[in-house]
Amino acid sequence: MTETDIDVPLPPAILVEGLTKTYASGFSALSGIDLSIRPGEIFALLGPNGAGKTTLISIICGIVTASTGRVTANGFDIAAQYRAARRQIGLVPQELTVGAFETVWNTVTFSRGLFGRTPDAAYIEQLLRDLSLWDKRDSKIVTLSGGMKRRVMIAKALSHQPSILFLDEPTAGVDVELRREMWEMVRRLRERGVTILLTTHYIEEAEEMADRIGVINRGQIVLVEEKTALMRKLGKTQLVLDVAPPCTELPSALDTWALERSEDGTTLTYTYDAQGADTGIADLIRAIGAAGFAIRGLQTRQSSLEDIFVSLVRSAS
Amino acid sequence: MNTQAVRAIYRFEMSRTARTILQSIVSPVISTALYFVVFGTAMGSHMGRTGGVSYGAFIVPGLVMMSLLTQSISNASLGIYMPKFMGTIYEVLSAPVSPFEIVCGYVGAAASKAMILGIIILGTARLFVPFEILHPVWMIAFLMLTTLTFSLFGFIIGIWADSFEKLSIVPSLIVTPLTFLGGSFYSINLLPPLWRKITLFNPIVYLINGFRWSFYDAADIAVGTSLALTLVFMAICLGVISWIFKTGYRLKR
Ligand SMILES: Nc1ncnc2c1ncn2[C@@H]1O[C@H](COP(=O)(O)OP(=O)(O)OP(=O)(O)O)[C@@H](O)[C@H]1O
Ligand SMILES: [Mg+2]
Repeated sequence: MTETDIDVPLPPAILVEGLTKTYASGFSALSGIDLSIRPGEIFALLGPNGAGKTTLISIICGIVTASTGRVTANGFDIAAQYRAARRQIGLVPQELTVGAFETVWNTVTFSRGLFGRTPDAAYIEQLLRDLSLWDKRDSKIVTLSGGMKRRVMIAKALSHQPSILFLDEPTAGVDVELRREMWEMVRRLRERGVTILLTTHYIEEAEEMADRIGVINRGQIVLVEEKTALMRKLGKTQLVLDVAPPCTELPSALDTWALERSEDGTTLTYTYDAQGADTGIADLIRAIGAAGFAIRGLQTRQSSLEDIFVSLVRSAS
Repeated sequence: MNTQAVRAIYRFEMSRTARTILQSIVSPVISTALYFVVFGTAMGSHMGRTGGVSYGAFIVPGLVMMSLLTQSISNASLGIYMPKFMGTIYEVLSAPVSPFEIVCGYVGAAASKAMILGIIILGTARLFVPFEILHPVWMIAFLMLTTLTFSLFGFIIGIWADSFEKLSIVPSLIVTPLTFLGGSFYSINLLPPLWRKITLFNPIVYLINGFRWSFYDAADIAVGTSLALTLVFMAICLGVISWIFKTGYRLKR
């Protein structure tokens, strides 16, 4: 980064360059990660089990040491300027690890102190109220339900007012209501300018929340894209036609449309680009009629992020 | 220096003691009181004067030292082992704290607890046998030095241990026997020459010797040697800890 311009752009919230991680076992969990997270965005990192999501987050947060590569948080190097870098970051880890015998209030206060912040009872009170934990402030953590414990972990992560928040599978094992609440909270945080990186298996979650989406598979980032662009670019539209009589063999007159025929021949599926100038639908319907089939019904569907994700991960392996 | 963090860790650890007050303070006090009843009062009446004082008074420094050692080690090792075991260590590792601050918090709290306990035990002992402390400043100095050194040692054990068995193996298999054999209950000058020589390889002999000197101004070995060896042990512990943080041994993957 050069600083010759007067109008210096903000450094990326997180910048990862050439990051690799080989565990002591010899297993290579990350192989050459480059990633840049913009200030203020919600970035969803998608990937199957064992892809390296937690490893990546753990390295950025200082819990796992990288084998090679460089990471900065708001411009601060996580190794050379670890104090400044870590003060930027709050982490909600994947596992529910939140002590047992302390009270909610004490554990959140502890976290704030650990990050070098002077006590601020008013802020902690507001935080606990926002997370519906205020009534539980004097309860011991063991007495809380799993969902409550997760909220406590979020409160701990936010206790020092970080500008970057990592949520490692925040909604795994969380009921629908709490999931909605968390999405709501994430949005509120974003409005306050907090950068958020979340990992998830729920495509729905990424679709709902993220500004940008990254897909990681076998320790490599296979894609980073604006969510809307991604949906537009990779999202295909399909036209599903119910035909009679069942089509036992596709007539060659229909070859140009590359139709997929169902097992029993009652449905034909045409995949096309909805953004294209000519979708070819009108011609297709005419050609089907000409081939001697009656169209009994039709529907269109758009491939979801889930389909995109599955096809990406599959093609990579 | 992130003093807020040191304070947070220290307070967290001290409140752990407060929560487990019975286990932390009461049980060592009771077991020490039992030693006094058995060795000091019951047996002591049949023993002559040892090292220039009554037998009951003679064993006071050794008994206090024994609690200091076991308590320092168990407080400090449990203090760092539990977060590892529960997984909450992630927070400390991800916080803007230096290794030095982490050690200050955990070891400082463990040493404070052991020191408070040592003083309580001294008070308890006073109920059973009369004794004086001829060099109170040195007594406090030895007390602090010992709790600090062995809390550092306990911290190392807590990091090294990856199971509860390993956590207790060093204290029960090494420290307790060495304390018993280190002259808590007898003057090493009473041993046959060969055994006396062997005993001199036991580092705890020097601790107990120095501590006892601060009470009664009588020592089996030169006090300077005691002090020097304690400092050497402390330096070794500090060296190991700085290596642990440099390499991330058992803390970071
Ligand atoms: N301490 C370790 N030693 C050796 N291998 C490890 C270690 N921790 C993780 N791994 C391996 O590294 C790979 C990546 O793990 P990681 O936890 O980062 O995956 P993930 O993407 O978070 O998966 P999930 O979605 O299941 O949480 C996995 O194959 C895992 O087995
Ligand atoms: Mg994970």
